[in-house]
Amino acid sequence: MALRLPNLKNWVFLIVAILVIGTAFGVEMLANPPETAPFDLLPTLLRGLSTTITLTFWGALLALVVAVFTGVLRSSESRLLRTVTSAYVEVFRGTSILVQLFWIFYVLPLPPFNIELSAFQAGVLALGLNVGAYGAEVVRGAIRATPRGQIEAAIALNMSRMLMMRRVILPQALVRILPPFGNLLIELLKATALVSLISLADVTFQAGTLRQSVGRTTESYTLLLVIYFLIAYPLTLGVRWLEGRRQWA
Amino acid sequence: MNDLREFFDFAYIAEILPDLLEGLVVTAQASLAGFGVALILGLLFALARRSENGWLSQPVGALVEFVRSTPLLVQLFFFFYVLPRYGIRLPAFIIGMFALGLHYGTYTSEVYRAGIDAVERGQWEAAKALNFSPMDVWVRIILPQSIPPMFPALGNYMVAMFKESAQLFAITVPELMSTAQNIGARNFAYLEPFTLAGALYFLISYPSSLLVQRLEARYAR
Repeated sequence: MALRLPNLKNWVFLIVAILVIGTAFGVEMLANPPETAPFDLLPTLLRGLSTTITLTFWGALLALVVAVFTGVLRSSESRLLRTVTSAYVEVFRGTSILVQLFWIFYVLPLPPFNIELSAFQAGVLALGLNVGAYGAEVVRGAIRATPRGQIEAAIALNMSRMLMMRRVILPQALVRILPPFGNLLIELLKATALVSLISLADVTFQAGTLRQSVGRTTESYTLLLVIYFLIAYPLTLGVRWLEGRRQWA
Repeated sequence: MNDLREFFDFAYIAEILPDLLEGLVVTAQASLAGFGVALILGLLFALARRSENGWLSQPVGALVEFVRSTPLLVQLFFFFYVLPRYGIRLPAFIIGMFALGLHYGTYTSEVYRAGIDAVERGQWEAAKALNFSPMDVWVRIILPQSIPPMFPALGNYMVAMFKESAQLFAITVPELMSTAQNIGARNFAYLEPFTLAGALYFLISYPSSLLVQRLEARYAR
């Protein structure tokens, strides 16, 4: 497929889009004239953005560890390990992440669990465990995609299962999982918005406070959408680039 | 058994189950209606992006990329809080249905696109040689062949959407999650309502995903 270079139409579209958004802002400003709108809202939003980004980072790290660990165990020969890890994967994929987040945040601090977690810790845990379950399936698929002949060769070379995993299966699986993991990272970033519902002051939460305090709803939420897009879209482009490279990798 | 009873209050469960089931009905309605919107919007997006007219394909492409790259929750808030400021007052359920449909429409459009691309070139050429009108080519040749193999992928998105519809809680739609939250807050006992809500989501989504897997196996032949 030919690379689509930015052409005239894209630029015209961009300008039209800016005009439309600008008009929306203009209408808003006429209604209640602010001093330097809409960018005076940015400092508040950006304070929340740092929470969103740290949350994404720790959530992704936990998800990665959980995914590789569970993915390898799901391919193990022990029936018990396979049952336990499948149960984890199916439960976390079969219920919505919002239920998991609320369960961790509201249920764990109460008896009989008595596990007090901060909103941030609950967020990292829910995001990591949920996305980790999806990631585990990716890892398992990548492990299963190892050509049969290579496994036979490794057995013929008298490699232990552990060594085969480390030297033959995982290095190739890691290349295969990169693009799907990129997609999961984007999903994780988008899912961080849910922590605003447990009062963690992420960027979505800050937009909510702006709506309540200064009432400039259109501007806050439009800026919020643009902020998410500006972070997520480069990730999307990165994933596509990886997918294009994989053909010869 | 006694320990279990202490841990999990069965009388409380029996008391709250009817309310939760009512919430589940709303969840099912919202996700089915939203999926209907997603199916239609997705097809329109896919056809528009394939259009040779750049004035149509480029803006629609940009819209799809934008919607896919931003969280559903923020889109729900956007429609819920921004539209009324411009005099558009809609029930929360309708906003939720539309936002779900728009969000997942950008995903289903990719499914349609892949499915349409998978139709052999010869089919297009034969239709052209037989002098079919462009409308007939789509309705009678391309779509009937490309849509059935899409069922598994579309089914996956339907299951995903069923689970994600829990986010409608944030815009006051009385679905399963908000029912569970209300019950929990009223009695300050979250264990039972949230566990039960999770179980209800699981009881529907797990068998559905198994069904999708069987469909997948059928079309993978």
